[in-house]
Amino acid sequence: MLKEKGILFDVTLCVGCGSCYQACKEKNNLPQTNKDFLKDHLSNNTFTVVEQYGKMYARKLCMHCNEPSCVSVCLVGAFNKNVTGAVLYDADKCIGCRYCMQACPHKIPRYEWGTTQPRVRKCTLCIDRVKAGKISACSEACPTEATLFGDMDQLVAVAKKRLKDDPEKYYQQIYGLEEAGGGHVLVLSPVPFEQLGYTSKLSKEPMPAFTMRAMEKIPPVVAVGGVFLSGMYWLTKRKNQIANEEKKTTNGNKEI
Amino acid sequence: MKTNEILKPTFWKVVSVMIVTMGLFSTYFRFSRGLGATTNLVDTAPWGLWIGFDFLGVGLAAAGFTIAATVHIFNIHKYEPLVRPAILTAFIGYSLVVCLLVVDLGRPENFWHPLVMWNIHSVMFEITWCIICYTTVLTLEFAPVVLEKFKLKAPIKFLKIISIPVVIAGVLFSTLHQSSFGSLYLIVPGRLHPLWYSSLLPVHFYISCIAAGLSMIIFESYQTARAFTEENGFHNTGLKMDILSGAASVVLIALIAGFLLKIYDFLNNGKLIYLTIPSTETYLFYLEIVVGTIVPIYLLSYRKFRKDKKWLYIISICVISGLILNRLNVSITGLAASSGVNYFPSFDEISITLMLVVLAIFAFKLVVKNFPVFVGEEEYEDTVNGKSANESKQIILSE
Repeated sequence: MLKEKGILFDVTLCVGCGSCYQACKEKNNLPQTNKDFLKDHLSNNTFTVVEQYGKMYARKLCMHCNEPSCVSVCLVGAFNKNVTGAVLYDADKCIGCRYCMQACPHKIPRYEWGTTQPRVRKCTLCIDRVKAGKISACSEACPTEATLFGDMDQLVAVAKKRLKDDPEKYYQQIYGLEEAGGGHVLVLSPVPFEQLGYTSKLSKEPMPAFTMRAMEKIPPVVAVGGVFLSGMYWLTKRKNQIANEEKKTTNGNKEI
Repeated sequence: MKTNEILKPTFWKVVSVMIVTMGLFSTYFRFSRGLGATTNLVDTAPWGLWIGFDFLGVGLAAAGFTIAATVHIFNIHKYEPLVRPAILTAFIGYSLVVCLLVVDLGRPENFWHPLVMWNIHSVMFEITWCIICYTTVLTLEFAPVVLEKFKLKAPIKFLKIISIPVVIAGVLFSTLHQSSFGSLYLIVPGRLHPLWYSSLLPVHFYISCIAAGLSMIIFESYQTARAFTEENGFHNTGLKMDILSGAASVVLIALIAGFLLKIYDFLNNGKLIYLTIPSTETYLFYLEIVVGTIVPIYLLSYRKFRKDKKWLYIISICVISGLILNRLNVSITGLAASSGVNYFPSFDEISITLMLVVLAIFAFKLVVKNFPVFVGEEEYEDTVNGKSANESKQIILSE
């Protein structure tokens, strides 16, 4: 049985070499999209980027949420949460409504706008490599261990230990542990995360919960509505009938 | 109608033919070159004009279920003359929405997937199924009109037997998906501008569609009245001023309910502060509320405006504009700031949309001309009591 895998990215260790960016391109057979990898952005041909903020570098990629919005909103179930923790996409099911792109709290999914058979594209947490017992391409390529790949419980322990051992060095938060219900990509940083372009102010509640609160009212609405409408139909019909009968009798009386 | 009369060019005919021709070219490009080449949609703004238009199409077609419920469930038969126009409007509106949805889908050839691949946690799934079911309901509700024309009695009898359950199902399906269009945005609290984001979005959507749907019927009645007075004389139809005034009263109630709910929402969630921040969103919000809610409420609360056909027509345009603004604000403007791009629809997006609107209007006119949609209640009125027919003023526009 596979344990749930994840990635821990530590901004303090990242030197901005771009090895992860390059390894991701090669592993996924993606064409080059920008000569300067630091100026590139996520696209249908780029699943991870390294962004520069002064002397700091921040990686962006799919956060592989525990309760992913994309999985919950996709009407045909083209997204699913794998046992390894990866959030995966099945192009054969997809109808192309793009609700996943609209709903993602981290704004990650990208679309192949240029083709007539477009797919949604994003990081797969190297599912094929993981199934073969290897670690993700980006973490294998990282020369400074800024990107770690491993079992989720171990990664969380490592992250907590770093925050505790070096409280001066780190902003005391593990980004991705609780944001939008948490996920499988954790980030450590010396500064607040919004300064590095991470989506801040996300609720700790998983995003699908916002929808579920409305969706769970559907069965009672249908039940109560159905009974109410049938009742009203019967009632008003009966009322009209009685009114008509009364009319007839009074008319008759007058004539007599 | 004679052929040369159809071919006689008028301004609107020429414009319509041009729009449809352009739209057909755009449709061809859309399917042969893909979304990227023909739309201004980008990764951060994946939904645009087409989705926004689906929102309004469905909202404006809402009279289909409200009128059907009024007449068949609540047995208020005064409104019977509005049933067929309302159902026809809904049917054509929904057909338009479905066409536009298929155009918008990235993989339109997979449009049937929701039938067999289910994710019951998805609002989109619920909406899709409700639209499929409700379009079926509308077909069943409108079928008698077509069958009558061809004098097929047996199927009409059968449809009459199942009519009440069908109407009830229609009301339930409508309630669910009209509100669910609002639920679509519940999952993006960080993206949709707080002026519009609310946990009550589904309720807002539901109430506003009732007001706008009825306004749409008032608007159409006026238009149809004008068209028919020129040709056949409108007194053959059963549309009376007091019926439209009655519908207008319901519009007023729905508008007030919606407005109160908005106030409650703003007070309860501390959103009043956003009303004072000058921004494009704030101005658009004010425009939406003033045009679509405050002005109509003010005018409708006067009896003399409610009883006047011209004013009713103007009010209905206000309410319809309010709904259009609201839906576009929720689906496009309200998301623009967080997406970081200024989305404006491309030529192809606009031309395909316009083409479908022209085709919808054409279809509506064609059906109204050939089938008894605006049915005469004359015979009924005359035999039962001639008095009420005189009392209720008919909307004839030649003054």
